[in-house]
Amino acid sequence: MNARWAVWVVNGLLAGLAFVSLFPLLWMLSVSFMPAGASSTLPTPIFPSTVTLDNYRQLFGSIGMGRYFMNSLALALLSSAISVSFNVMAGYAFAKLRFRGRDAIFKTLLGALVIPGQVAMLPLFLMLKPLGLINSYAGAVVPMMASVFGIFLVRQFARGIPDDLLEAARIDGASEWRIFLTIVVPLLAPVLATLAIFSFLGSWNDFMWPLIVLTDDSLHTLPVALAGLSREHVQDNELMMAGSVVTILPVLLVFLALQRHYMDGLMAGSVKG
Amino acid sequence: MRKTQLVGWALAAPALVVIAVFFALPVAAGLLLSLTDFDLYALADLSTLRFVGLQNYARLLQTPLFWQALGNTFYFVVVGVPVSIGLSLGAALLLNARVAKWQPLFRTALFAPVVTTVVAVAVIWRYLLHTRYGLINQGLESIGVGPVDWLGNPHWAMPAIILFAAWKNFGYNMVILLAALQAVPRELYESARVDGARPLRQLVDLTLPMLTPTLVMVGIMTITGYFQLFAEPYVMTQGGPLRSTVSVLYFMYEEGFRWWNLGNASAVAFALFVVIFAVSWVLLRFDRDPTGATA
Amino acid sequence: MKARRAALKGLGALALGGAGALAGCGRRDDPNGPLHFWAMGREAEVVAELLPAFHARHPGVQVRVQQLPWTAAHEKLLTAYAGGALPDLCQLGNTWLPEFTALDALEPLDARLAGSGVPRDDYFAGILDTNVMPTAQGPRLFGLPWYVDTRLLFYRSDLLRAAGFAQAPRSWAEWLDAMRAIRQRGGRNGFGALLPLNEPDPLFALALQQGALLADDDTRGAFSKPAFRRALDFYAGIFHEGLAPVMTDAQISNVWDEFARGMFAFYVSGPWNIGEFRRRLPTALQGRWATAPLPGPDGPGVSTAGGSSLVLFKSSRRKEAAWRLIEFLSETDTMQRFHALTGDLPPRRSAWRAPALALDAPSQAFAQQLERVRAAPKIPEWERIFQEMQQTAQRVVQRVQGAEAATAQLDAWVDALLEKRRWLRARAAAAR
Repeated sequence: MNARWAVWVVNGLLAGLAFVSLFPLLWMLSVSFMPAGASSTLPTPIFPSTVTLDNYRQLFGSIGMGRYFMNSLALALLSSAISVSFNVMAGYAFAKLRFRGRDAIFKTLLGALVIPGQVAMLPLFLMLKPLGLINSYAGAVVPMMASVFGIFLVRQFARGIPDDLLEAARIDGASEWRIFLTIVVPLLAPVLATLAIFSFLGSWNDFMWPLIVLTDDSLHTLPVALAGLSREHVQDNELMMAGSVVTILPVLLVFLALQRHYMDGLMAGSVKG
Repeated sequence: MRKTQLVGWALAAPALVVIAVFFALPVAAGLLLSLTDFDLYALADLSTLRFVGLQNYARLLQTPLFWQALGNTFYFVVVGVPVSIGLSLGAALLLNARVAKWQPLFRTALFAPVVTTVVAVAVIWRYLLHTRYGLINQGLESIGVGPVDWLGNPHWAMPAIILFAAWKNFGYNMVILLAALQAVPRELYESARVDGARPLRQLVDLTLPMLTPTLVMVGIMTITGYFQLFAEPYVMTQGGPLRSTVSVLYFMYEEGFRWWNLGNASAVAFALFVVIFAVSWVLLRFDRDPTGATA
Repeated sequence: MKARRAALKGLGALALGGAGALAGCGRRDDPNGPLHFWAMGREAEVVAELLPAFHARHPGVQVRVQQLPWTAAHEKLLTAYAGGALPDLCQLGNTWLPEFTALDALEPLDARLAGSGVPRDDYFAGILDTNVMPTAQGPRLFGLPWYVDTRLLFYRSDLLRAAGFAQAPRSWAEWLDAMRAIRQRGGRNGFGALLPLNEPDPLFALALQQGALLADDDTRGAFSKPAFRRALDFYAGIFHEGLAPVMTDAQISNVWDEFARGMFAFYVSGPWNIGEFRRRLPTALQGRWATAPLPGPDGPGVSTAGGSSLVLFKSSRRKEAAWRLIEFLSETDTMQRFHALTGDLPPRRSAWRAPALALDAPSQAFAQQLERVRAAPKIPEWERIFQEMQQTAQRVVQRVQGAEAATAQLDAWVDALLEKRRWLRARAAAAR
């Protein structure tokens, strides 16, 4: 008796929460198909009375969303590739290779997690100026090429690699480099996937730095373009929703496809023991 | 041995160089910058740059808007963090319940807002919170509560942002807390039930103590993140109405990139860092081994 | 696995190298590349339509127009300056000229203007003056006005007549009387005027009518002095008497609907609303609204000298071609076509002879007002002081702070803000 009541309550609450979580996203999708001005009528419609692709046409036509999409994609792929490589190498080194100052450096890195990234933004901007990296892909990628969180994640995971395995390979005469590439990296495949997703999502969703460093609108990423659009087209709600769909849908799909890895990474990086 | 040393350095080097050059160096430069009066004139002609010591900080402490920004940010943290973590804990407990069905599906649904782009969902929420056409107000009106001018009323703008931030972030901590909950052996619950403990007792005496380390960690992470509030005010309210949603970082952005007072802006950034550091340090006293590294 | 990692690394390196190459790629500096022209809002969209005539005259000069949203344009321009990524020419709000001349980013245009077919005295004097900045070599022209903007009264002539006033008020006293009469007849939702609290221009215009806002060669605030206090008291008084609702424009869902409904009779606004009123107000209401120059303390008063200018950046490598474009956009018929497309008012008197303007009653009020405009203080910090002035006024209107304390606080803030300017002036004087 008690158990059956519990089933209804628990699952009901979960369903309610799920509804609250997903509704804004579904409504966004719905409004993006409405004709201009349709959502500013009372009562506010939830489903489009007429389905139209006009918003998307305008978005990819006169506004040129396709270009911003490509920018976001290129930057996300670029920074993922680089940061995964750098973080994996460093994470393994901190986990398994002894070198002088290793633990001290790692503790310092952890301390750096407390510093908000924005502290570095203004001076970084001034630094990149003489290097000519303002308003370029390189400038946008630069802060994302390595991250303390990524190194931490890899290190946690890499510590689980049995030392005997590595020792045996060393005794067999394999070089450290070879050991890394042929033994360690395959074992780290799950965390690589996790890192790649974190990196990709992090870069795609990044807002403040691209806002600052990419001045030319042909280089804008989706969030920056969307923010600009939202300040310019305050009344065109349907158009804005279409823009949001284009911005969110790719990351949602990536997440849905690879969510196992994402969750694993989240939990591995945070739960101790 | 020596070879390992070399390889160790070689492998760690790229990441360390990136972090040193593109993070540590700018942070140090930022500290220096905060001791000067770098502004528009200095941007044009570096000879007008003056070293002013701690004057920027002193002036900051006398700027009402800075205190307002600090107050707004603290309001966001003090109210928003418990709301968000409370929601996460509740959702995690629900998901962990034995009677919960379709756990993977629910987990994905509840997590979805986390991966979305802040700017894009802020645009959606800006419309959901519209005084006249927003669905939230229409829902309120249908149960008899009058419409609320969420983004136009200085008393309601920050609560609106808190609500939005909770919606967006609760899934993240939920997953972490869920993992911690699942790490609690079922036998402990069994023996507690055999001993006659009712569910609420189990929650208070068994679950929460086991969760404390994770809760502290989640708390610190969330608080640190919440102090860095920026995108939501930028997109939804532009710091208004009446500056009620100006956060410290928004203030810094305006000082630095709107008015080009880089000296002041750097001082703001460092002030924020000091605040976050202090708060984290206090909270870390509750948890003695943050790295999990006992080896 | 090894191959995959190696491939990934190779890809990463290649991409980084490519990106680096992109960074150094001289897109912007290429003397044979297109002209980069940044414009804001609707004007950017419309310029594209004017370009074919330009191309016909100057084939081989390509123009790339980039549109900036107004709300981010100021930041983007300064960021571009800091990043060395400025365009060749751009539209600049004329209140931003002092900043960019302080940055020494703009090319003086006196010689070029003198050598072109565009007569200097054809421009409204007050408007052209906003583009003239003091330099060590004397005053120089740093921009050419593109379109003008000022503020005056839009009002419901029928409501005014019903309240017993045959024509628009010409002095502050008349204006107050008119608003009071309308308020009395209007009931709960019939205000005299709508003055959104986040818009600084109405108060600014009133302040310009009273006198100087800054003192001591623009290095100290004069907001607590009688001149500004009179303007502030008049402005706040309108709210305190209940003649205008205490709200910002975010709280008005649709200003045109409310105007049609008679929520307010007077609205201080700019030229773009001539077109908007015609488009958005119901047909029954056309003919029941009009425009009139801004009333001053004792008679018709001055108003703000706003608008945008076309400026040429010193960093441009294609100054000749960029000047040709500026010249083209400043010709009388181009300006008339521009007006037809955007509704923006031309800054040249000869352009006003077009029937669309000469025979248009609402626009004629603007023609009168444009002869009576005054520039804002020409200092880089003005934009910031301007915003803070409105924040102060908002506090006074909402009775959060009294006028005396608020203006004293504003002056203290302004003095602190201008400290560096005073220091630079003292330094320059000592060097002489």
